Amino acid sequence: MTQQGERVFISGNEATAEGGIAGGCRHFFGYPITPQNKIPEYMSAELPKLGGVYLQAESEVAAINMVYGAAAAGARVMTTSSSPGIALMQEGLSYMLGSELPCVLVNMVRGGPGLGNIGPAQSDYWLATRGAGHGDGRCITLTPYSVQELHDFTAGAFDIADRYRNPVMVLADAILANMMEPCALIPRRELPPPERNYAVGPHDPQERERNIVNSLWVEFDAMEAVNERIAERYRRAAEEITDWGEFGAEEPEVLLCAYGISARICESAVMQAEELGIPTRLIRPKTVFPFPAEPIRSWSERATAVVVVEMSMGQFIEDVRLAVEGRCPVDLLARTGGNMPSVGDVVEKIREVALTAGAAGV
Amino acid sequence: MAEETLINPYPDALTEVEMRYCPGCTHGTAHRLVAEVIDELGVKDRTVAIATVGCSVYAYEYFDTDAVQAAHGRGPAVATGIKRVQPEAIVFTYQGDGDLASIGMAEVVHAAARGEAITIVFINNAVFGMTQGQMAPTTLLGQRTTTSPTGRTVEAAGYPIRICELLATLPGVGYLAREALTTPPRIRSAKRSIRRAFETQVAGGGFSLVELLSICPTWWGMDPLEAVEHVEERMIDYYPLKVFRDRLAEEETGGGESDA
Repeated sequence: MTQQGERVFISGNEATAEGGIAGGCRHFFGYPITPQNKIPEYMSAELPKLGGVYLQAESEVAAINMVYGAAAAGARVMTTSSSPGIALMQEGLSYMLGSELPCVLVNMVRGGPGLGNIGPAQSDYWLATRGAGHGDGRCITLTPYSVQELHDFTAGAFDIADRYRNPVMVLADAILANMMEPCALIPRRELPPPERNYAVGPHDPQERERNIVNSLWVEFDAMEAVNERIAERYRRAAEEITDWGEFGAEEPEVLLCAYGISARICESAVMQAEELGIPTRLIRPKTVFPFPAEPIRSWSERATAVVVVEMSMGQFIEDVRLAVEGRCPVDLLARTGGNMPSVGDVVEKIREVALTAGAAGV
Repeated sequence: MAEETLINPYPDALTEVEMRYCPGCTHGTAHRLVAEVIDELGVKDRTVAIATVGCSVYAYEYFDTDAVQAAHGRGPAVATGIKRVQPEAIVFTYQGDGDLASIGMAEVVHAAARGEAITIVFINNAVFGMTQGQMAPTTLLGQRTTTSPTGRTVEAAGYPIRICELLATLPGVGYLAREALTTPPRIRSAKRSIRRAFETQVAGGGFSLVELLSICPTWWGMDPLEAVEHVEERMIDYYPLKVFRDRLAEEETGGGESDA
């Protein structure tokens, strides 16, 4: 049992679960899948003590639909899974988007496609940032790079989900899930039930009309209006919650872009590149939808080359290229299938692009 | 002039929205029975209806209660989420045979296995109605549909599924019955079962489901009377009308060993 509010040595999975509780989650629906099983195990032990509910669904398909029902009933609700399970949840996510319901889900990404493996990967970037099933919506997506951030971002995700009435995904990987680090725990909040004028359940008919939670809009104009409302929320989210970290040289020759565990590796690479005389700056998104295009755009004007490091074959790089808009070359260092780039790999890539840029006289 | 008394008024739990069902369809009958039961039990303000996917997709417009529209087959999972957050709510799903017995088989079986305190109204008309007459898991052998144009065969599609018999093996089930919406006596019997199913939920007696053999004149290619005869002569033979489980009655009489 974890003491509240203290600094503990804890795994990413446990920090995520405790982050959910700290954020006010008292209802969890999930299905076992490696590498995130410690989360449902933790929730099954802790939530009943708090008067909450842990329920092991018959599938990820059922789990996300239970989340949908719980969100419709006004709960702060959460599920966690890993890549193949998140793929199965796309249907329910789409219904939650269409019904404008909040929830938090965590994807501890593993190697894919297919059954893949249980190693770390970042190959669900598109699934996270473009996905949320069919139709015109997306998950707001947060990308922690440490156990502490897994805890903090998961706790904070509930407020974001409520604010924009949209599913929020915490996108991490098998390494972050299972590595152990010191983590300062946020005290568990006893939240008053937020004002949820849309929620279904027992009510006094004198106090409100009946509520309908629905994503069926047969009138084209009505469906378009829903999509416009969702898009407007995303515009607002871009202004209000876009977040990133920066690290390294003030006058960079090379701009590094990476998120999650790749960004963690890149921090060491920035320091080694500095020692080699190649001033390098890292920009690491903490949100990838909304995407911090502005800092990447402005720093790319000052650098001679951009290097993207990701554990996928070129997914994240598309958003970086959209931000850079051709201002300088954008190169890719990709490892996948459960493999991670080493610090040496990143430094070598930085040296290579710096040499190329130098030779070209950029 | 004699004073007139309306002895069977329009149910409070139904809106006055005009239903979109075809002429002769028994969805309207089923809706009315459910609404009457909600009124009689006085649970309208606690009730959450789960509309699913099929001809009854607009159920949220017809039942004058809180409502959630669910993805195809997922009604019992959505109902589970609501019930676990709001245990005082009376939660029911309204599902057709495509929704429940085909794409939603896992969800209904596991909700029943958990003894989830929800009620399911299961409309079995042996055909996919909304998508225009395709074969369902409950389509009888030999029955012609738009995807079994020469009649359903075992070789091509296997056997029709008897949902009640399947669920009757699960101890979590508190009330389970199959009825038919064909004649006035059968409709009265159907209402008794629907009421019993809701009473089971109110009493915390576990999962409850009522299967209603229903007619689809449009996609059966029959007039309504022929369709009623088809149910009486063919469907009831394969899908016998029966109360499979009534845990409250078993507890009241102290008899009837429950598996649970």
